[in-house]
Amino acid sequence: MAGILVFIEQRDGSIRKGSLQALSEAKRQAAAKGWPVAAVLPGSGISGEAAGLGAYGASKVYVADDANLALYSGEGYAEVVAKAAGQFEPDAIFFSATAMGRDLAPRVAARLGVGALADVTGLDLDGDQFVARRPVYSGKAFAVVDTAGKKPQVISLRPNVFALEQGEGTAEVVNLDGLSLSIRALVKEFVEKGGGEIDVAEAEIIVSGGRGMKGPENFAMLKELADLLGAAVGASRAAVDAGWIDHSHQVGQTGKVVSPTLYIAVGISGAIQHLAGMGSSKVIVAINKDPDAPIFKVADYGIVGDLFEVVPALIEEVKKIKAA
Amino acid sequence: MNCIVCMTHVPDTASIIKIGPDGKHIDESGIKWIVSPYDEYALEAALQLVEAQGGEVTVVCYGPARAEAGLRECLARGAHKAVHVVGGEETLGDSMAIAKVLAAAVKDREYDVVLCGVKGVGTDNSQVPQMLAELLDLPHVTNVTKLDVAEGTFTAEREVEGGVEVVESPLPAVVAATKGLNEPRYASLKGIMAAKRKPVEKVEVSALGLDEAALAGAEATYSVRALELPPAKEAGKVIQGEDDPKAAAAELARLLRDEAKVI
Repeated sequence: MAGILVFIEQRDGSIRKGSLQALSEAKRQAAAKGWPVAAVLPGSGISGEAAGLGAYGASKVYVADDANLALYSGEGYAEVVAKAAGQFEPDAIFFSATAMGRDLAPRVAARLGVGALADVTGLDLDGDQFVARRPVYSGKAFAVVDTAGKKPQVISLRPNVFALEQGEGTAEVVNLDGLSLSIRALVKEFVEKGGGEIDVAEAEIIVSGGRGMKGPENFAMLKELADLLGAAVGASRAAVDAGWIDHSHQVGQTGKVVSPTLYIAVGISGAIQHLAGMGSSKVIVAINKDPDAPIFKVADYGIVGDLFEVVPALIEEVKKIKAA
Repeated sequence: MNCIVCMTHVPDTASIIKIGPDGKHIDESGIKWIVSPYDEYALEAALQLVEAQGGEVTVVCYGPARAEAGLRECLARGAHKAVHVVGGEETLGDSMAIAKVLAAAVKDREYDVVLCGVKGVGTDNSQVPQMLAELLDLPHVTNVTKLDVAEGTFTAEREVEGGVEVVESPLPAVVAATKGLNEPRYASLKGIMAAKRKPVEKVEVSALGLDEAALAGAEATYSVRALELPPAKEAGKVIQGEDDPKAAAAELARLLRDEAKVI
């Protein structure tokens, strides 16, 4: 039976948005072919969340509710997805290309003896085969790729690229029994960092600072702007290597590659590695005192000026907009 | 503590990428090749482990002839042995094919841990370590920013959205390093001289019991139909904000709200 199986990621029982985007895309792709769409949900105490996935396009949800699955493990979760795949026999398995999805998808693929397409930003059907578009060289180029005829096609979809669509419906819930969980690498705990602030990899808006910020204390200004916009704070490699901000904020070729709706680059000149990591953002704003900075070449909007004057003024303007 | 480090040889991150004549590969003219930056963290972690606990670091690379320079670089930094599985041009980007080759190259060697970079810069798949772990029937941890190894076991911190996962695992295992794990050392002059005397073991794919033509053909799991450059961007609107930053900020906010509709 042809169909698409979608891995659903949860943390503390709360389903991650990227998975719902992947499920929505599966529904859109399957609709044209009349294919069924199912979801697979591993976790602990998560059965109550399963039926509701019907609203996003799953007609069936395979649930593995087990205390050993409360926290992520590549081996345990791969076992669950492989088991669901064995029952549903999909032609494709979708993941959201989050830290978990990108860790898990290749392990599942290898278990099934197939390859995988990582972090795709576009998806088309050629006959019954998915053809994906994915950034390579950190976004300096795009590759149009397929799995050379191998099925199921294991594909991870970049978060915030595919639209989330909520409709109506309730999914049939199927409990996966008889799992033989062999978990060696076990997550003992999740330690939140940054006080629950938004991660650049998940953010729809990013306010990023670079060398022009001159010191760690000035990132407070970016944090204030980010908080007003519901944004994450990002940074260039220069700012991270100077020790001004943790590397988890780094955007660029050796940091995170992002595609937010709005990217505001403050005091970032735009090294090629940085441009590669944020060049696919929908709208790019540059604030820099050097009119010849490469960042202006990719910016939709730019201000040439002193960021220490412009950013506080911009904060006031955004406050006015948010108050209106 | 014997460590295997899987290394891949990639275009310098500062490279300007152009599309080659076949429309499926990059134009390699003028490209400078380097050890993939994430593999440097893996190598550094391995060197620190054997410095503390004894043992050897063996670097394994599946790549074309030029990749020997990358292996020499790793030897110069302190790796004890280098294994060069020659090939990989036809399987570029096919994580599963690469994992099969590496698994075959590694499986009969003595090791406690296999360290990789979290991704090969360029193809950007981030898949080989997990596939290698599955093929070797080992546990894996990726995105590792902290690693503490004890007798037969280790604890790692793995970076995820909004925090870290603390992972415990027995050894042997596959560990994929990311930025933050350590500060890679540079090769010393002494190291560079010593590396010249260290042999690089050359291995043919066929000697591993694999057929590279089949890996790139009937058994391939990744096929590139086309490689394209991102669409060129139209020039943006630039506002002069040197004389009146407040007015410039107001104009920017207006454009973002009314024209781009993003705030």
